[in-house]
Amino acid sequence: MSILSNKFEEIKEKNKSINAYITFSKLTDSNSNGKLSGKTIAIKDTISTAGLRTTCASKMLENYIPPYDAHVISLLKKQGVIILGKANCDEFAMGSSTEHSAYGATHNPHDLERVPGGSSGGSAAAIAGNLADFALGSDTGGSIRCPASFCGIVGLKPTYGLVSRYGLIAYGNSLEQIGPMAKTVYDCALLLECISDYDNRDATCVNNKKINYTEHLNDDISGLKVAVPREFFGSGTDPVVKKSVWDTINKIESEGAIVEEINIESIKYSLAAYYILAMSEASSNLARFDGLRYGLHSGKSKDWNELFSNNRKSGFGFEVKRRIMLGTFALSSGYFDEYYIKAQKVRSLITNDFKKIFNKFDVIAGPTMPTLPFKLGEKLTDPLSMYMSDIDTVSANLAGIPSISIPCGSSNSLPIGIQLMSSHFDEKTILNLGNKIEQIRGIKNE
Amino acid sequence: MNNVSDGVKIGLEIHCQLTALNTKMFCNCSSDYRGKSPNTLLCTVCTGLPGALPVLNKRALEAAIKIGLALNCKISSNSNFFRKNYFYPDSPKNYQITQYDKAGGVAIANDGIVETNLGKVRITRIQMEEDPGKLQYEGSITTSSNTLIDYNRAGISLVEIVTEPDIVSPKHAREFLNTIQSIVETIGECDSKLDGSMRADANVSISDGRRVEIKNISSFKEVERALNFEITRQKTIQAASKMETRHWDDVRRVTVTLRVKEGEEGYRYFPDPDLPPMIISDNYIDELLESLPELPDKRFQRFTQEIKLSEEIARILIRNKIVADYFEETLSYEFNPKLLSGWIATDVMGYLNRNNIEFVDMPIKPEILALLSKSVSDSKINDSTAKSILLKSLSSGDNIKDLLKSEIDNSSTSYDLQNIIDTVFENNSKAVEDAKKDPQAIHFLIGQVMKATEGRANHSEVKKILEERLI
Repeated sequence: MSILSNKFEEIKEKNKSINAYITFSKLTDSNSNGKLSGKTIAIKDTISTAGLRTTCASKMLENYIPPYDAHVISLLKKQGVIILGKANCDEFAMGSSTEHSAYGATHNPHDLERVPGGSSGGSAAAIAGNLADFALGSDTGGSIRCPASFCGIVGLKPTYGLVSRYGLIAYGNSLEQIGPMAKTVYDCALLLECISDYDNRDATCVNNKKINYTEHLNDDISGLKVAVPREFFGSGTDPVVKKSVWDTINKIESEGAIVEEINIESIKYSLAAYYILAMSEASSNLARFDGLRYGLHSGKSKDWNELFSNNRKSGFGFEVKRRIMLGTFALSSGYFDEYYIKAQKVRSLITNDFKKIFNKFDVIAGPTMPTLPFKLGEKLTDPLSMYMSDIDTVSANLAGIPSISIPCGSSNSLPIGIQLMSSHFDEKTILNLGNKIEQIRGIKNE
Repeated sequence: MNNVSDGVKIGLEIHCQLTALNTKMFCNCSSDYRGKSPNTLLCTVCTGLPGALPVLNKRALEAAIKIGLALNCKISSNSNFFRKNYFYPDSPKNYQITQYDKAGGVAIANDGIVETNLGKVRITRIQMEEDPGKLQYEGSITTSSNTLIDYNRAGISLVEIVTEPDIVSPKHAREFLNTIQSIVETIGECDSKLDGSMRADANVSISDGRRVEIKNISSFKEVERALNFEITRQKTIQAASKMETRHWDDVRRVTVTLRVKEGEEGYRYFPDPDLPPMIISDNYIDELLESLPELPDKRFQRFTQEIKLSEEIARILIRNKIVADYFEETLSYEFNPKLLSGWIATDVMGYLNRNNIEFVDMPIKPEILALLSKSVSDSKINDSTAKSILLKSLSSGDNIKDLLKSEIDNSSTSYDLQNIIDTVFENNSKAVEDAKKDPQAIHFLIGQVMKATEGRANHSEVKKILEERLI
């Protein structure tokens, strides 16, 4: 414990420049016989932790201490992991840079002038900056994979329904999953093993046979069919990203995988569909934050309507307000068919297209992010260009399929990530291929 | 007023709490909230804490399907939950989990039909939804400086029964509501005696007037009153009638404007992503269908066809499960369906209605009523004497057994039937001669005997004796 205490003080010190954590926990003894005993973890601040403040990076929940643990937290406690604290993120997970936090932006450990990606930027930066062994993120449209790519770590968004969302404070609840983030594919597989137990408190959680992902990491990849959609290398893709990802794909091919370029026409609609659905759901999910039962309370008002307005006006940040308003608009009568219903149709189309592809291929590969990590403040005033950063990640959320980001190279010491997707509940195939990529790149497993 | 030609069209939305369930609709909190300290039956889910998720109570689904089957609805093999979004302090999530019939929404049951004495009423749909919490005020709503919120009721399971505008009068509405009440009571899923377990909103229009919705009707008796008021109101101001929601003020007994109806635009309905669609197999539906007890409709058929009651009497009895059960229990002691059904449907219920007494509070036990009917069958007393004993017992609270005993003692000591008949024969010799030729003339003599015994003699016994003596 004392060694850890010293290490913890070091972490707190280092955090000052990175701002990966919003809240540190008090260290307590943990189970010494678990799969993660002695290991440390940072928990994204959208995941409820009993007795440990959970803010969602919002002023609204500045003093909110959940009375219960999210399902994943209960599971992790059983495995003996040491929770160091709550990781910074974009407010209510709405953002791609972790700049939209009421507790200040997180800085990318590879270059403190640059964003760590988002919204799980604190989780990714904690790992990249050696402020934790593991981290949990949540991914609604890329929020695990984007910061994993920008921070040069591994992050996996599981199949929708694999990990219980019980205790995850919802942003876009038909799209999001809690997922593992770590330095290596092995660690990600191990963490996924620990958090993927069925939970009857989440009606969307699927009761499948449990898989020990770490046991499937050295399977042969010869004959593995890899599809590379041309749409993932659109005009906004930085040539250095394109080159790095293709270099990696070529190496996989020389290891025996069969690579083929394909087209997925429907992908071009994915970003619009994603934002409509996520914002629509968010407008309803965030309605409960009225300051009446918990959360920010702005003082006396003449009636409840004014009270709610005042609380929400002062509790939510700008980006959250923007998304609530856009979502409210999309669900309003007269616009519902044009936006929400149409977005649902696109979602079905994309899901079907992915299903067809996975009838022929095992994996889809492409870049995680179209660009290198951008500078803090660079896109803050241009929300559309910020939204465009999610162009390659959102389709996995719409289709509900697993997707992982793995470091595949760098440019001027800024990390680049390759994204791998597979069929529903086939996490082991992309973990195995990811593990292979690490081997090719000379990264050793523990 | 209130006949079909008025062009009155009434539709009802009836909320039934599924009171037979032990837990709330989407969590494991106890649903037995009545009389409990405020905010003691709560959890992460029904208070809408961040990150908590709803999981459907399977019993709620079962109860809703049973009610759907009982109202002759089609059960949806694939239905879903929607969110109705609105900000109000009684709703911890600021949305209500409910069902919807548009935008891909499918309610658990649709297209039913319910028969009543005053005509058929089509059921549009039955949807499942959660009850909100309760706002409470210290003193009255206008003078209270605080609003208190009790979330114990938040998340209680409801079904909402929506009808087509097939109801033609306030009386018909009452009749229909009683029928629904009887059906859900029979199934055992809703105990309507519990305060607030059944609530109704009504919409009413006259001829081609605008549809007016009336909310806050606390009991079924009030529904009839509120509708009567509203129809009169609309008739007198028909030109100015507008589409609106009105509030029934049951103290002043008037409807007052609540808001001009804005339709459903404001609610931003969309499918709840936390709850997967409910896929229901035909086998499960068949299973539930077989498990249903005898429903009022079936009972009606049995009463009219097997027990040979008149349709009118049978309809009155089956309308309230407690009444029908009571009737059947009396039959188990003394099988005289015609006499007993008539007493119950006409005399007992007439008395109770006049005096605003609920049937459950009626003090006469089934075996005692059966005893009274047996005294008639055994010719100890006649029908009209029995009836007056019954009414006397109801109004005075006197024991029927005592009344019966004194009546029988009284009748046997106060007159000798043979002597009275002798006297009647002496005083009416012409009539006696007539009766010997014309059997119809016997009725005059019977009447004289009954008069002499002050109506206490048994009619058929007198007739029998007279017939023998006239031969």
